[in-house]
Amino acid sequence: MILIALIVIPVLTALAVMFARDARQTKNLSAVGMSVQLTLSFYLLYLFLKERASGNTEPVLFGKRFEWYPGLNINFDIGVDGISVAMILLTSIVIFTGIFASWEVKDQFKEFFASLIILATGVFGFFISLDLFVMFLFFELAVIPMYLLIGIWGSGKKEYSAMKLTLMLMAGSALLVVGILGIYFHSDVNGTHSFNILELTNQNFSIEMQRIFFPITFIGFGVIGALFPFHTWSPDGHSSAPTAVSMLHAGVLMKLGGYGCLKVAIALMPEAAHELSWIFLILTSISVIYGALGVIAQSDLKYINAYSSVSHCGLVLFAILMLNKTASNGAVLQMISHGLMTALFFGLIGMLYSRTHTRIVHEMGGLMKVLPFLSVCYVIAGLASLGLPGLSGFVAEMTIFVGAFQHPDMFHRVITIVAISSIVVTAVYILRVVGSLLMGPIKKEEYQHLEPAKWHEKLATVTLIIAIVIIGIAPLWLSDMIMESLGAILD
Amino acid sequence: MSYVVLIIALPFAAFLINGLLNRKLPHRLAGWLATGAIGVATALAWFTAFTYFFQSTSFEKIIPFQVTWLRFTETLQIDMGILLDPISVMMLVVITTVSFMVFLYSLGYMHGEKGFVRYYAFLSLFSFSMLGLVVATNLFQLYMFWELVGVSSYLLIGYYYDKPEAVAAAKKAFIITRFADFGFLVGILLLSYYTDTFDFAAITNPNHSAFTTMTGSSFLGISVLTWALMLIFMGGAGKSAMFPLHIWLPDAMEGPTPVSALIHAATMVVAGVFLVARMFPVFSFHAPEALDAVAFIGAFTLLFAAIIACTQTDIKRILAFSTMSQIGYMMLALGVSGYGEHGLGFTASMFHLFTHAFFKALLFLGAGSIIHAIHSNDIREMGNLRRHQPVTHIVFLIACLAIAGIPPFAGFFSKDEILAATLNSSLVYFAIAAFTAGLTAFYMFRLYFLVFWNRETVYEHKPHESSFIMLVPMIVSAVGSAVAGFIPFGKFVSSDSQPLHIEMNQTVANLSIVVAATGILIAWAFYKNESPLPEKIASTLKGLYRIAQKKFYIDELYLFITKKIIFNLISKPIAWFDRQVIDAFMDFTATATNKVSAEIKGLQSGQLQHYAYIFLSGVVLIVLIMIFNYA
Repeated sequence: MILIALIVIPVLTALAVMFARDARQTKNLSAVGMSVQLTLSFYLLYLFLKERASGNTEPVLFGKRFEWYPGLNINFDIGVDGISVAMILLTSIVIFTGIFASWEVKDQFKEFFASLIILATGVFGFFISLDLFVMFLFFELAVIPMYLLIGIWGSGKKEYSAMKLTLMLMAGSALLVVGILGIYFHSDVNGTHSFNILELTNQNFSIEMQRIFFPITFIGFGVIGALFPFHTWSPDGHSSAPTAVSMLHAGVLMKLGGYGCLKVAIALMPEAAHELSWIFLILTSISVIYGALGVIAQSDLKYINAYSSVSHCGLVLFAILMLNKTASNGAVLQMISHGLMTALFFGLIGMLYSRTHTRIVHEMGGLMKVLPFLSVCYVIAGLASLGLPGLSGFVAEMTIFVGAFQHPDMFHRVITIVAISSIVVTAVYILRVVGSLLMGPIKKEEYQHLEPAKWHEKLATVTLIIAIVIIGIAPLWLSDMIMESLGAILD
Repeated sequence: MSYVVLIIALPFAAFLINGLLNRKLPHRLAGWLATGAIGVATALAWFTAFTYFFQSTSFEKIIPFQVTWLRFTETLQIDMGILLDPISVMMLVVITTVSFMVFLYSLGYMHGEKGFVRYYAFLSLFSFSMLGLVVATNLFQLYMFWELVGVSSYLLIGYYYDKPEAVAAAKKAFIITRFADFGFLVGILLLSYYTDTFDFAAITNPNHSAFTTMTGSSFLGISVLTWALMLIFMGGAGKSAMFPLHIWLPDAMEGPTPVSALIHAATMVVAGVFLVARMFPVFSFHAPEALDAVAFIGAFTLLFAAIIACTQTDIKRILAFSTMSQIGYMMLALGVSGYGEHGLGFTASMFHLFTHAFFKALLFLGAGSIIHAIHSNDIREMGNLRRHQPVTHIVFLIACLAIAGIPPFAGFFSKDEILAATLNSSLVYFAIAAFTAGLTAFYMFRLYFLVFWNRETVYEHKPHESSFIMLVPMIVSAVGSAVAGFIPFGKFVSSDSQPLHIEMNQTVANLSIVVAATGILIAWAFYKNESPLPEKIASTLKGLYRIAQKKFYIDELYLFITKKIIFNLISKPIAWFDRQVIDAFMDFTATATNKVSAEIKGLQSGQLQHYAYIFLSGVVLIVLIMIFNYA
């Protein structure tokens, strides 16, 4: 029941918002709805851990099946494992903070908040689905509002960016359809085809079939996970998107890629994954280091964060392709960690932009003096991004590196060391931005009178920072929860 | 002994309180809160040392506290715990004591600063991280606190964040050490893959089974184990500012002077030495080549930094190069050391670490007292200060005598042991170490005479002696620098935790006294009074002097690599490639689709005749094909 509530609440909230009388009511309704959603996610976590503690070792908990289209054996199958619970938590935190970060949206605010929440609904639905068909539907539900959100409420070359982002993600979706149908038509569950992930896990697809459909599915999900060279929608998309959309997109939507690659492409077609992983390992290690080196030459804050996301999300796919539990655990941790800190980054960039009206790094300077609260938050986000122990990034990266090091052959060693070298490059670009943006003398006279952070901005940033710190200081529960779910996927 | 947790928890609590309540706390309260916390920690550390060294007969490894922090695989996991053994207990004493001195001193030195509370928050964070580092039970815990130490150093170097030089220095320090840590991390991962554990207790057990397989497999002719240890040492070399990863330390002097005393002289920069000492059994038994590298790098930096120190004019930079040089001594001693009975170098290194912490912290506190009085770092603007700052003068002199190696001050004893240890290993190393001892005496007394004697400088404000709260820690450190040498160190700290009997080598001792005295005499002749002699010598050795003064152009080399190569030849092309090639291809597919559809959209005209015409043409065409095919 709780899983159904996770999609019903955002839908109801979005509907209620459409009937709101004014901006104030719109915001309050959204905030209340997403607070309930956040509470519910924590309650789900509690229920999940309680079930596990009481010895329930089913791979998927709270499973439900509603028949939908029996002719093709399509069902509304839902259920969660440790990974989905973690991703649901991430999503509800990011959408919760996203609402507060967009507190000052002025035009067509009803439609804005409604679209934002519908987008989140798609993500929640994606994470609880066990049926590939339904999962795909939710995936599309998340992508479409993105087009409107960027195209209408964006800035800069917004039409171009929105179109580019949507087209590239649609191309990915097209591949996904092929991949999913390929899996479906090759499956045989009691004489019928099936979309159900749990049933499909036990299928032994022929290696010939896997060789065709593994790369298709992997690239299909990879596009939204910013797999090199299909990542170029990300810098443009993020730089044009309004703050909350960037937060949600980089924070959550890009994670659908990693999640899908792990739970669909690799879990269902493991033999081909073993055989072909080297190709994608090369691509992802390029993502990691190429994204990081690319950041150094950028000067727009949003581009900086977009390329750094390419690097960090590259690490997610890189880890998944190591095909062992430790690295995959690191991948999920990295998705959560990156989701939180990139949401924090984009949120902060939006808050700075609304004050200085520029995103170019060298046009600002010395903000620490005039905006101490936001600046300190930015430093914390930066430190999390460069993997400081005590913050979430460290936990994720180290788990990935230890996992990747379990392969003793030369190829894996070399690309792992290449990927590890990104920790140096990350430090370079983070400190470069922190140094010229926040420190040094104040660049412009009018910056002396910038407005200090408001309550809703503080609420959004502090929530994200608390989550980053909790994972950074006490990661064991989360890592163990993910680990036991990985057994069912990778063994 | 679970109260040891408090030693680490107290500074952390001070960090949290000062950090979170930054603006709301009055300065006095914040300062005394942090100082009080570290004071209690100091008392506890001394008490721990007392119980550990005097109430037990054998110096076992004790783990009073340990929890699992993160599990990677079934066997590989990170614990957070506390490991007490002779070197960690010694480090606890050093860190808490020097911290306490610096915390007290800063109450005076930083008085009235706007960021006073922030300063104490960062300082507490540093003490917490450094303490966590030395008591780490496993390599990964050490690495974590290692990074935290690095970030506290970053924050404190950049304390004056509106000063561009300070920001640049902080960035440089962090990035260089990060680069070194990249090696460190790879080393840890490589080592742990074979040992299947991060635990020091298991790794440093000489009979650990993994090492036989590890020495077996090799890469580029060197065993994997040696590679791993060299990489781990790379981390140590970065933190300890060993050549060629040293360039951040002189710049780090942009931070407040008490910070330099604590972090960049007494504690953090010796973390690399501590790391090698911690892993010493592995180095010694399984990777002697890596230990040779430690000795070589140590010896090289020892001499290299001392030469540069002779030519600098910034008081803090002279001390920074002297720190590098002294850490070179410690590394060299470890590098030439054997295990067990032959572990003189190990004990000497730890002994020197201990005494150096006191006299080098004192030198920096003294320098701070001078800078505080005359608002300049440049020794050319100083002179005859003994008249204005009598107490600073005396304690500074004690520290100079200690570092120069004049008995009975502390540095003499520890340096003497190092010289004796190098003599057992190689004559070249001994010669370098002995020569640098003379050089050390020379540059330290050059500094001393230029600042406290020489000509009377015209000061803008008449320099005054520092306040009581600053003098107390200086006097206490001076007492430490004077008497610490009489501690029979070998009884407590040795490579195998068994008491090591050390006899003073009389010849070496005499030689080192003569060398040191010569250095002092030359400095006296050159700098006691104004004299044209130094200028003359500098101009005869013009080229050499200039190279040394420019620190052998290593900074310029780094700048060339980062700016010219990485930024201009890698990053910019990547950014261009991404926009102009990859993205352009994506755009091209879109435009191409558009173009094609524009071309063929004429087909869908909506005119019935048009469709009928095409339809009929198609039918005719197909019919024709069929006729020709079947014909």
